[in-house]
Amino acid sequence: MNLDSLYQEIILDHYKKPLGSGLQDIFSGEAFHVNTSCGDEVTVRVLLDGNKILNMTHEGVGCSISRASASVLHALTKEATTETFHVLLDNFVDLMHSQGKVVPDEEVLGDAAAFAGVSKYPARVKCALLPWMAMKDAIEGAGNE
Amino acid sequence: MTLDLGLKLKDDFPILSHKVRGVSDLVYLDSAATSQKPKVVIAAESNFYSNTNATVHRSGHELGELASAAYEAARENIARFVGIEPSNLIFTKNATEGINLVAYAVLNATLLAKSGDKRYNKLAIGTEDSILITEMEHHANIVPWQHLAQVTGARLEYLKVDESGRLDIDESKFSKSTKIVAITHQSNVLGSVTDVTKIVRLANKVGAMVVLDACQSVPHFNVDFKLLGVSAAAWSGHKMLGPTGVGCLYLNDELLGDLPPFLLGGNMIENVTYEASTFRSDNAKFEAGTMNIAQVVGLSAAVDYLKNVGMNVIHEHVRELTGAALKAMISMPGIRILGPTDLTDREGLISFEVDGVHPHDVSQFLDSKGVAVRAGHHCAWPLHRKLGAVASSRASFYLYNTKADVDVFLAALDQIRGYFKVA
Repeated sequence: MNLDSLYQEIILDHYKKPLGSGLQDIFSGEAFHVNTSCGDEVTVRVLLDGNKILNMTHEGVGCSISRASASVLHALTKEATTETFHVLLDNFVDLMHSQGKVVPDEEVLGDAAAFAGVSKYPARVKCALLPWMAMKDAIEGAGNE
Repeated sequence: MTLDLGLKLKDDFPILSHKVRGVSDLVYLDSAATSQKPKVVIAAESNFYSNTNATVHRSGHELGELASAAYEAARENIARFVGIEPSNLIFTKNATEGINLVAYAVLNATLLAKSGDKRYNKLAIGTEDSILITEMEHHANIVPWQHLAQVTGARLEYLKVDESGRLDIDESKFSKSTKIVAITHQSNVLGSVTDVTKIVRLANKVGAMVVLDACQSVPHFNVDFKLLGVSAAAWSGHKMLGPTGVGCLYLNDELLGDLPPFLLGGNMIENVTYEASTFRSDNAKFEAGTMNIAQVVGLSAAVDYLKNVGMNVIHEHVRELTGAALKAMISMPGIRILGPTDLTDREGLISFEVDGVHPHDVSQFLDSKGVAVRAGHHCAWPLHRKLGAVASSRASFYLYNTKADVDVFLAALDQIRGYFKVA
């Protein structure tokens, strides 16, 4: 198995220059998630206007996969609706659980399609999903307030 | 050393011919998590099921006799290996269960004393008492004591780890209120070895029991619990070439007699009526239900294997590999070692950080070269926080590792920062 299929250039670029890194002061919902097996953590804040995601920001410590995943997520969900986020989430979760057997839809997933290689490494799937799950909770939390 | 011990032994371990991701030779540097098994251990477990399988201590038929004899012979062999009497050895499912057994038995003693059973007053603990552990414990030797302290109101105190990664044995922490001292014999993160004799002397002065976590020591060097003078010691079988599912607990005569049981059920009872039960007074008191018999027999075969190679030979070999790796890693740019950087009071594992590269990514890269290391907090999260590391990577060595293994590891390690473009 080729390591470069996991560490695609896009992923390493996002890791080095993460988008949306640093938490916004004004937000509608927040969630903190930890990967209990390694101690990686991420805090996600979302600012919503109705069902529209104005901005998602994140802060945390983690591996290249989890940090890049948060960065990609920021870019993907900017100005999107929460419904679109859930479509993306379902798509991304399916991709992560595909064990390398699904060809990602780049039209839908954009840079997140670069994570297809992660699905071949079961131990790393949690890393990629960490910010996504935190964002899901942050949006749900905003709905409850 | 002229001959490489690892080269001599490699063929005894079938898994070492595994090809990682179908291509690379396996360089297994994760023995501190679990060791690989020699053929003789796999065969011993298999032979037990093929020829001797029955429950022990309850069947009058021939197989029952054979199984009981094999189980007790294994107990004798394993006990002698660590300098104790077989009657002081209790089998558990792992070291974690052994430590929990002691913590829960003390809790039971506290509850029984509260209900008026004066036999347990001596062991009972409360708000006036303290439990002393160290900053370098892994979760198995922190969480049970935290729980015991929480439910009894006892204080939980810590001995600190100094700058060099060694335990600072602060004598003022040992006081009349100290009832339990729980320490690791060797840190599974720092590799540093505890001066157990000193701990025992200080604990004896204040009348505290010493519970030793011996998971990383028993597999690696000669350990004599009687000589060390600890009250209890827990270790796992799977880290010393034995099967998973079997751990060991040593209790000295005093604790064996005084501690109430932890798990209740078959085998551990003396008499049972619908109203009440009485319990065995020997080590059977702590072995409730059907035990991991085949695994105990397998562990005995592992002890034979270790004895045949020689614990001193193993110890020297692992020190040599660790020393060579440490020396090279210290001068490698961007590598930070967690724990002592020389071999004084430290043994065969090295936790480290690679500047700019997360431990998950470090281990993933090493895996692509066939090298298996652990990445994470190694079940010692508080210690990592103290050291300012979210997590680390850990290479640990054992008798079947070769000098070539160390070379492959070092060569791969040297390429990591380049691959992730942080060099």
